[in-house]
Amino acid sequence: MFNKTCLSAALAVLLSHPAAAASNADLQAIREQIIQLKQSYEQRIAQLEQRLERAEATSKQAVDVAAQAETQQASVAPTTAITSSEGAFNPAVSLILAGTYGTLKQDPAIAPTGFAMSANPGHTQGFNLGESELGISANIDPDYRGVATLALAAAGGVSVENAFVQTSALGNGINLKLGRYFSGLGYLNEQHAHAWDFVDQPLVYATLWNNQLGEDGVQVKWLAPTDTFIELGGELGRGRGFPGSDRVKNGAGSGVLFAHVGDDIGVEHSWRVGASLHQTRADNRISTGVPDLLGTIGGVSNSFSGDSQTTGLDFIWKYAPNGNTANRYLKVQGEYFQRKEAGLLTYDTAAANITDTFSQTQSGWYLQSVVQFMPHWRTGLRYDRLASGIASVGALNAGNVISNYAFNPTRATWMLDYSPSEFSRLRLQLAHDNSRQGLPDKQLFVQYIMSLGAHGAHQY
Amino acid sequence: MKKILLIALLFLSTTSHAALNVFACEPEWAALTQLLAGDKANIYTATGALQDPHRVEARPSLIAKARRANLLVCTGAELETGWLPVILRESGNSAIQPGSPGAFEAARFVTMLEVPTRLDRSDGDVHAQGNPHIQTDARNFLAVADALSKRLTQLDPANAAYYQQQLATFNGQWRAAIARWEKQATPLKGVAIVAQHRGFPYLNNWLGLKQVAELEPKPGMEPSAAYLGQVLGQLQQHPAKMVLRAAYQDGRPSDWIAERAHIKAVALPYTVGGTAQAIDLFGLFDDTLTRLLAGLK
Repeated sequence: MFNKTCLSAALAVLLSHPAAAASNADLQAIREQIIQLKQSYEQRIAQLEQRLERAEATSKQAVDVAAQAETQQASVAPTTAITSSEGAFNPAVSLILAGTYGTLKQDPAIAPTGFAMSANPGHTQGFNLGESELGISANIDPDYRGVATLALAAAGGVSVENAFVQTSALGNGINLKLGRYFSGLGYLNEQHAHAWDFVDQPLVYATLWNNQLGEDGVQVKWLAPTDTFIELGGELGRGRGFPGSDRVKNGAGSGVLFAHVGDDIGVEHSWRVGASLHQTRADNRISTGVPDLLGTIGGVSNSFSGDSQTTGLDFIWKYAPNGNTANRYLKVQGEYFQRKEAGLLTYDTAAANITDTFSQTQSGWYLQSVVQFMPHWRTGLRYDRLASGIASVGALNAGNVISNYAFNPTRATWMLDYSPSEFSRLRLQLAHDNSRQGLPDKQLFVQYIMSLGAHGAHQY
Repeated sequence: MKKILLIALLFLSTTSHAALNVFACEPEWAALTQLLAGDKANIYTATGALQDPHRVEARPSLIAKARRANLLVCTGAELETGWLPVILRESGNSAIQPGSPGAFEAARFVTMLEVPTRLDRSDGDVHAQGNPHIQTDARNFLAVADALSKRLTQLDPANAAYYQQQLATFNGQWRAAIARWEKQATPLKGVAIVAQHRGFPYLNNWLGLKQVAELEPKPGMEPSAAYLGQVLGQLQQHPAKMVLRAAYQDGRPSDWIAERAHIKAVALPYTVGGTAQAIDLFGLFDDTLTRLLAGLK
């Protein structure tokens, strides 16, 4: 292969200079040198440059040769030949194929008790394609890298999950991201669905972040020049995703601050802890099917406008015997989020339409552990819990809006997965869902996740 | 937040005096850098000998170490493709990004073996640029040392004379050692072996070992009992002397086949630190040969 490349380099030199009989000798020498200098690449460039300099002096035309030869040189990797074609600069393309089979005893559209005004991404019953994900990424130029992730919905249609550019050469530990990205808050938020350890997100992510907070905006991260990992980040975004709402307005609609600290303990243990703060505003955020004190069948539609502030804490600890994660490992992670919302609530927008003040504090956490007990096989347990809190409702709505549900939604989940290779995973998941008062649910999922094409490195 | 900043400042004030901060992806390159740069470099080794270098996580500690590195010394050839790109991106360190003088890939300076003629994941975990386990042939270290020394000089020209002298010393000692190892290895020539993972082509090529079977049906795929049975059948017809595995690999498949085919299971250090005897690069090959020769008996 090496010889072939050299030959093509020499041929290119020859072809670019067909009429120059005068420098034939030079060309011959160059060709010989290229073949000869297998051992030292750098030395070869130096010598060739010298040679070309001389050629330049004798013939003006030789300048072309030099340019040609230099570019050829640059593309000759000592070990592999890079064929130059239109496709040579194609970005890395990866496709995630995922499908799920789900069995549920209860209607997944019913929100966890006390969280009807939060998000409820729910589950799908029966066979479903899940979300296929097409990812494209490449360096744009020496300064920027671009990433796009398109989610192909089962029902058809494409949505832009991620589309951002990030800097690669700012240095000083600074990373800048522009575009649509998953916010850096918490631990799980940045992870794509195919990297989740369970079929679904924890309840706290499902209800408070509609599974994941995506933002359109700017993210700046700074990594401290210390032995311990200390990362500080901030985001300014449009605030389009839940708990914010898309609106027509100048300036930023949401802000995020986060800090992560992490390190190893010996070669077998590693950990990371984080804290985050999220602030946004909801404008006419409509929730449907909200139960009320009057017991309206099917619930009512409420609209909320006001400030939303969420604080979060997260930790993860990983252990692998000898630090070798290929064989066996254990990880334990947990996150806690608390959201305070205060503003105006319009009760029953369709009929009564009564607006008064409303504020509440909701929170939730999960704790999970996944163990790879033998190569390719993992099992995991997760426990979820939410607290809907006691809302303070303005006098006009005191007889309509439920302020205290006096119920804490919980769920316990077990999963087992098998990964024949790094690119495929098959999973079985059972959950005992007690998130809806009086409607306990036993859930079963079977899932496959496969990735083809370029396989990007995974985050911690 | 203020507290964190204060802690950060505390750490800042404790930087070391060595000229170069080196981030070595694997222990063998840390050891080589140590020989070539002596006390002029402050070396951090990202992976241990008992870790599968394909499957390392982009841990926070690695990102923090990469943040301050002036030089990255890695194998390349996609060995670190599952974790290094994330570390480089998150590090926010422009000095060690691919293509910059601070990014050194050893595989670029040796002749690669097993470069696939077709790239298809149905062939398992293949590497487009060839088999990346180049550290099992001692001769490869000569070319890598030469290039690495040049890179050290380029990044730290003030100590050029020192690097040159270290390189000359290394070359002298290493050539003598290679001659010794090759002499020791004469009985190994043509010996049939089984490999647990396709990780020894350079060793085989160097010492003339003849690999007759692999315990992984495809690189990176765990062997099934049925496949191991098939290998066993093959070994009864064409016997091998020993089955080789790297220190970081699970010993069970090797032991299973060794017991049934009545051959020796040999765990090689594979890199510096893989066994108690492999304390440095010289120890690595001394011990490798000792273990291989013991496998013959």
